[in-house]
Amino acid sequence: MTTPPATQQTQGSESPRTGPGDEPGTNSVLVWLLRIASALILPLLVIAFFFAFDFLRDEDANKALQVVVAVIAGVGGVWGMYWGMDQLINRLPERTGRAVRPFAFVGPAMAILSFYLVYPAVNTTVISFQDERSKAFVGLDNYIRIFTESTYQVAIRNSLGWVILVPIAAVGIGLAFATMVDKLSRRTESITKSLIFLPMAISFVGAAVVFAFVYGFRPEGFGNQIGILNAIWTNFGGDPVNWLAQQPWNNLFLMVILVWLQTGFSMVILSSAIKGVPEVLLEAARIDGASEWQAFWKVTIPSISSTIVVVWTTVLITTWKVFDIVFVMTGGRDGTQVVAQQMVTEFFTFRNNGLGAALAVLLFIAVIPILIINVNRFRSQEATR
Amino acid sequence: MTTDTLVKKRESRLSRLPIYLTVGVIVTLWTIPSLGLLINSFREPRSIRADGWWTVFGEIFNSATWTLENYRVVLDEGFSNAFANTVAVSIPAVVIPITIAAFAAYAFAWMHFPGRNLLFVIVVGLMVVPLQMALIPILRVYTNLGVTGTYPAVWLAHAGFGLPLAVYLLRNYMGSLPSSIIESATIDGADHFKIFSNLIVPLSVPVLASFAIFQFLWVWNDFLVALVFLGIDPEVRVLTVELADLAGRGEGALNLLPAAAFVTMIVPLAVFFALQRFFVRGLTAGSVKG
Repeated sequence: MTTPPATQQTQGSESPRTGPGDEPGTNSVLVWLLRIASALILPLLVIAFFFAFDFLRDEDANKALQVVVAVIAGVGGVWGMYWGMDQLINRLPERTGRAVRPFAFVGPAMAILSFYLVYPAVNTTVISFQDERSKAFVGLDNYIRIFTESTYQVAIRNSLGWVILVPIAAVGIGLAFATMVDKLSRRTESITKSLIFLPMAISFVGAAVVFAFVYGFRPEGFGNQIGILNAIWTNFGGDPVNWLAQQPWNNLFLMVILVWLQTGFSMVILSSAIKGVPEVLLEAARIDGASEWQAFWKVTIPSISSTIVVVWTTVLITTWKVFDIVFVMTGGRDGTQVVAQQMVTEFFTFRNNGLGAALAVLLFIAVIPILIINVNRFRSQEATR
Repeated sequence: MTTDTLVKKRESRLSRLPIYLTVGVIVTLWTIPSLGLLINSFREPRSIRADGWWTVFGEIFNSATWTLENYRVVLDEGFSNAFANTVAVSIPAVVIPITIAAFAAYAFAWMHFPGRNLLFVIVVGLMVVPLQMALIPILRVYTNLGVTGTYPAVWLAHAGFGLPLAVYLLRNYMGSLPSSIIESATIDGADHFKIFSNLIVPLSVPVLASFAIFQFLWVWNDFLVALVFLGIDPEVRVLTVELADLAGRGEGALNLLPAAAFVTMIVPLAVFFALQRFFVRGLTAGSVKG
């Protein structure tokens, strides 16, 4: 799923390499107890250590000092704990120490993952079968509501609209732009690419504010239009339009924001893929009488198709989980709700745990097939390489 | 001269005119929204409300057009506090997962232990779990422990959500380092901790940097995790939450929004301009997270 640099070594069958004095350790009960302890002691200590800094919540304490202490505790604390743990293991008998040490290295990561991802995934699934206060089991009620009540049906419909349209626009414009600037001078290329890519650095909330001054609306007689879209529209004689209240078009206006943010990403990745297409192939096509247009479709596109799929999937998954833009711009009103935002609204605003959890499960389940398809595709590519 | 430049030269300037035009249009469309916001942030509060930012082009050299007033008000009104909170959240929320992931990645790459491959597959599989799955259960545990609204609560949450990708990337990188280095260090009597801290970590700087930049931008720009676990209490809230709150106040805060938005963006933009190359690499690497 990730792009090339990460892929030389994946998990699985390669035979374990040898580090210092590695040999299959003893597997007695004592060793296992020590292993589990070494995996857990450290994270528990770190957590206790963090929360001991209770004065971080003291409102009178100096803010800058709090920040400095927070940073030192957070950064130094973790390093210190690993070092201390290693020192402890050094005191064990050599054979036992050797068997226990890997767990002190891997353990904290596994403990944190279990608490922050494994346990919640299971728990959220359970909650999704319970009522809004998580007191009683209600069977499939929450799921039935999601698929029958219009609020959620609209949210699902909108989310589907987002995942279809946003990747098309972001990848399409990104690809077109990357292809075009490839033919310009290096300097022009790097400047224009930077400008398109720049929104990637902006938060979704920041982007919502940026577009507040694009879609801004004032009714007739309430002053000049300060949103550029209405300024242009009224300049051509139209009446001011509240863009974000025009169903169903308001969804498109919100999607534009995400396209604005994501195009730079797909453009940069596709651009490097395009530069990797051998010039010889393109030259051969031209000699055979192909136009630039034909060369692009018959040579460039097939050569970069796997990159297109990766970029497409990435933008698609980001889009599927879009929350901030809708939450800040419209709060999901006027028929703009999407699944990820509706999930937070149910859980946070309406305090309905069951429905929120069911929507979260829906978010989760829907991405699995996409990822499986991608992983399989990736595997078959690796195999034929 | 490369074939690439030869090809470029051969095409006449005229035939490239449509390309210049299209590229120009796209760049203009992409730049206008942020340019408008930037201009607005330096205008008199009254004129921001009165008319659009494009009207400044008539009076661009009139010093009365421009002011830093909005930035002053915004920083007085809680954004300096929110900025400090964001720094306090972001730095440990980057360093903690990287440290924990590096130790785990080293063990997955270079140590023997029962269940090694199975555990690694589980870690990679957890990349699929969306953040939203974790919100309800974790918030409940946090509320029972009384730790919502504390920095460590957010650090650890970000660490948890960032770990699968970090372990995956770092393990692949560390695993591709030549085993001869480790063997010779072993012969010299170094133990795992020494090899890790003196050899593997320095050699892994490129991948550590890429992940660090990605995770930093992710945490700095994050709204959801900070909103749920740190909350909207003005004392502890971060920049994105502060900005969303300001945006929710409507017309009354209109003149402050542009300056406020730029205060939240300044650090990611600086990172963007200073480290663009690493930035791209980090984004590419981290593009499936969340």
